[in-house]
Formats: sequence, C-alpha cells, structure tokens
Amino acid sequence: MANEKKPGVFTGPLWTNNPVVVQVLGICSALAVTTQMKPALVMGISLTCVLAFANVIISVLRNTIPNRIRIIVQLVVVAALVIIVNQILKAYVYDVSKALSVYVGLIITNCILMGRLEAFALGNKPFPALLDGLGNGLGYAMILFITATIRELFGSGTLFGYDVIARFVNEAGYDGYQNCGFFTMPAAALIILGCIIWYQRAKNPDLQDK
Amino acid sequence: MKLNDYINEKIDPLFQKGGKYEKLWSVYDSFHTFLFVPRHTAARKGVQVHDSVDSKRVIMMVILALVPAALVGMWNVGYQHDLALGINDGWFMQFLYGLVAFLPKVVVSYVVGLGIEMTVACIKREEVAEGFLATGLLIPMIVPVNTPLWMIAVATAFSVIFAKEIFGGTGMNIFNPALITRAFLFFAYPKAMSGDEVFVRTGSALCNSPIEGTAVVDGFSGATPLAAVADGSFDPATYSTIDAFLGCIPGSIAETSTLAILLGACLLLLTRVASWRIMLSVFVGGAAMSAIIAAFSDNAPTVCQQLCFGGFAFAAVFMATDPVTGCRTNTGKFIYGLFIGVMAILIRMFNTGYPEGAMMAVLLGNACAPLIDYCVVKSNISKRAKRVNA
Repeated sequence: MANEKKPGVFTGPLWTNNPVVVQVLGICSALAVTTQMKPALVMGISLTCVLAFANVIISVLRNTIPNRIRIIVQLVVVAALVIIVNQILKAYVYDVSKALSVYVGLIITNCILMGRLEAFALGNKPFPALLDGLGNGLGYAMILFITATIRELFGSGTLFGYDVIARFVNEAGYDGYQNCGFFTMPAAALIILGCIIWYQRAKNPDLQDK
Repeated sequence: MKLNDYINEKIDPLFQKGGKYEKLWSVYDSFHTFLFVPRHTAARKGVQVHDSVDSKRVIMMVILALVPAALVGMWNVGYQHDLALGINDGWFMQFLYGLVAFLPKVVVSYVVGLGIEMTVACIKREEVAEGFLATGLLIPMIVPVNTPLWMIAVATAFSVIFAKEIFGGTGMNIFNPALITRAFLFFAYPKAMSGDEVFVRTGSALCNSPIEGTAVVDGFSGATPLAAVADGSFDPATYSTIDAFLGCIPGSIAETSTLAILLGACLLLLTRVASWRIMLSVFVGGAAMSAIIAAFSDNAPTVCQQLCFGGFAFAAVFMATDPVTGCRTNTGKFIYGLFIGVMAILIRMFNTGYPEGAMMAVLLGNACAPLIDYCVVKSNISKRAKRVNA
C-alpha cells in the first residue's frame, strides 16, 4: 500500500483505503456486533473515539517512546482509553454495553488500532494523526453500520428495534413477513462483508488483484 | 423443409455473433444442446475416442434415477395426507394430490435457478452450464411438503448465487448447491424445516389452509422417527422398518422410500454415473456407526432403521456421489464416504438440534474432500519416492 498514490488522510480510509473492506482488518468484531444496529453504532463510535485519542497521544509521545518498548506503551495507552469508554458505556447505555459484552474490551486487540498506531501515529504529527484516527474509525463504523442495517432488517424485520416491515396477519394466521434467521448468524455477516468488498472492488479497478 | 434444417438455417444465425439476438446466445445455446446432439462431437483432425455423451446426458441419467424416488414420494405425500384426515381415496388420488403439491415446487426451483444461471451466462457470454438440471429437481425433493414456494425461491437464489456462481459456476463449486439450499432453509426458517407439522400436508394440495369440514384427527402427529430420536422418545419396537424401507412414513418429499432410492442407485451404478466406492462406503460407515450406538443404547434405532430413516439413503446415493464436490482419488472416495456415513449417524444421534445429520455430514464431507485428496496424493508420492530412493 506504500507506493500507491496517497489518498487524503481523512477521506482515504472512508472508502478507497477502508480498514475493513480493503485492508480486511477488524473482521472479528464486525461479525460479532452487527446483529443489531444499536450495538453496531455504539461500537463504531467507541472505536472511533479510542482510535482518534490513541493516535493523538502516541503521536505526541512518538519522539520519547523507545523503539524497543513501543508496543507496550501503545497497549497501555489503548487499554486506558478502552477502560474509560467501557465505563462510560456502562454508566449511560447499560443495555447496549451488555449486548456488546466483551467486544468493547477487545477493542484493545483490534487490528485496526495497532495497525494505525504502528503505521501512522508513530511517524506523523498530532493533527494528521487525529484525522487519520477519525477517518479509519469512521470507515470501520460505516461498514459496521451497513452490515448491521442489512442484518437487522432481514433478520429481525426491524431497524433500531422499531418494526419497519408491515406484518399483516391473514385469517389463517400466517405471518406476512417471516424473519430470516440466517441473517442473525455470523455467517451472514461474512457474506454481506464479502458482497461489500465485491461491490467496492468492482467500483475501484485499481484495487483488483492483477 | 424439415424442422431441423429450419432451425439450423433460419434461427441459428439470429443468435450467432452479429445476429439480431446476439446477447441471448447463451440461452439459445442451452436449449439447443438440451434438445439436440451437441454441435461438436469430435474435432476434424486427429484420432480420438469421443461420443455424444456430454454432461447434459450424464445429468439426464441422474434425473432418470431420481424418478422412482419422486414418484413414490409424491404418492406418500397423498398417503400421509389421507392418514392425517383419516380417509382413504385410493392410491391414484393420493398420487394426484402429491403431484399437485410437488409440481409447483419443481417449477419454482427451475425457474429461479435457471433464470439466474442464464442471466449470469449471458453477462459472461458463456454457455449455460448444465449442472442446475439435476440440482433443480433435487431441491424440491429434499424439502418438507409444507415449505412455502417463496422460501424455495429465496433459498434457491441464495444457493445458486453464493454457493455456485461466486465460485465460478458448474464444476467449480465446493459445496453441493442442492444441500446448500436445504441448509439455508434450515438455518433461515427452522420452524418450516423441522418439527411435527411440516412433513404432512393437512390442507389442500395447492395451499396449506385447512380444508373446511375435514377435522384433523385428534392427537395426530406427523413427527418423523428422527424427531422422536431427537427428543428421546424413540422406541425401536414401535417403528416399522418395512414402512421406512418402502416409504410410507412422514418425511421430506422424496427421501422416504429407501427402495425407490435404491432403484435409482442401480441405474446410476449400471451407467457408471455415480461412484460405487462412495455409495458403498457411506452405507458401510453409517451401518458401522449405528451398530456401535445400538450396542450401547437400548432405545437407539437398529442398524436397518438408521439406514432407512430420514434422508440417509438419499444423501448417500444422490448427494455424496456428486462428482464435483466429492473426492477424486479412489482411496479418497472410500475415506470420504466412511466419513460422511459416520458423521451422519453421529450428528443424528448426539445433536438434538439437528434431527437429520445426513445434510450436515455431506456438507462437512464436501469441505474436507480437497484435504482428503491432497493427503492421498501426497502419501502416494512419498510412498513412490521411497521406492525410488531405496
């Protein structure tokens, strides 16, 4: 990815260099938290915050961190931020925090975080690092949101918990729309992600494997 | 002018390059090769042994082999319906009822599947591959009779797109598309795929709203023997093995009659369309596993019952033997078959969430087939290398 033409620090990760569908990072959480839209949205925002702050902090410290212990320093910073985010979620949106369970804590091990800290924050000034963190976080959040929308709409017939598909019930007692249980399974998230990647590669020929 | 000449001289050019309907060439070609002999049976130069048996004709053999199972299955649909209502209007009416219930499913499966295949072929400007001819008939045969048509349409579309076209079409798929359809239905609409209400149609043949004035017998249950196994209420003495062998028990449309399936198996084996190695080893693996389980448990089905119940025989004869998704090496075929047989019985007996294990076992076997082949080839190479070095 180093020698291709540089997209904008902020806009690049949103689409042409998206962390999920181009770099294929952070897939596990994308499969796990996208059954419903609310947890997916919260997860996306949480990761964006953690990534932006961690990027800035590491970027500020970049000249004082000894090279040999940089991973430990990064982990300490990220872990502190994740704990703060986790506490805020528990305090204000407890039900979503329950739904996300361990996945908020697992932001620490999210590949996007480590990747951006290593590849960008350690070598750039704080402001570009902030933009980079926001861009990558929002790129991740966007893919999560799209996947969760499709999965919740077809899997449960709802959006944000509100019933959006008209369910008429005829006299014989048959439901008008039957939830497709397949979409609530992780396998469906993988297939939807695959379709997004398919669409994205089709739109960007320079991303296709030669 | 004869019809044949008329088609060759007048219709053909319309679809060739530069013709009026050039874009529909794939569709035209698929019907042409389906109805006539293939255009090229041998190249002009060189000596070659080649006849007109192309894969369309091989697949026609599979379809012929499916006919007995389909016929008995259709009769059984009507028979179970009559049993549920407590009436008997003769075998012909029962067959007719089953036919009316079965045919729409076949039409839906073919229209949806072939529609997608032809669209993709037109986009890629390729010949329409013939694999779906068999798949399209298999799909309605392995679903419960109460499955709504739209579910079959959704599942068929899913499996043709995501299990077949994504991988490159016929001959490239790693999983059996018919089984993927069944698996999709099972996971997406579990209520419509198992339980004691889906396998017997109590309404009219075309739709499932109950018929007026024909009260269903009190306490009637259309539970399959495997459902009884799953909830632990199975007693081998109360279920007739002969009924299961002949095919008058509730079950998915064409999987109930082991006898009819074996007739189809004979045709497949005589014409060498299916591999006897896979078929035999699936039955051997299943029988061995059932014998072990029956030896340790009092209320487990006997070996004969295990092989006749549910979709085991159907999966062994028509699903496991699919040459595309199965093993290629001869040793591999034995391992693959044994694996499927053992796994089918294991899943059936020990995972109460999946009353029928044959579908899962074959899909698992499909996933392992390339690995089995790889190991067989590698071990053969190292064996021969040792001989050379010695």
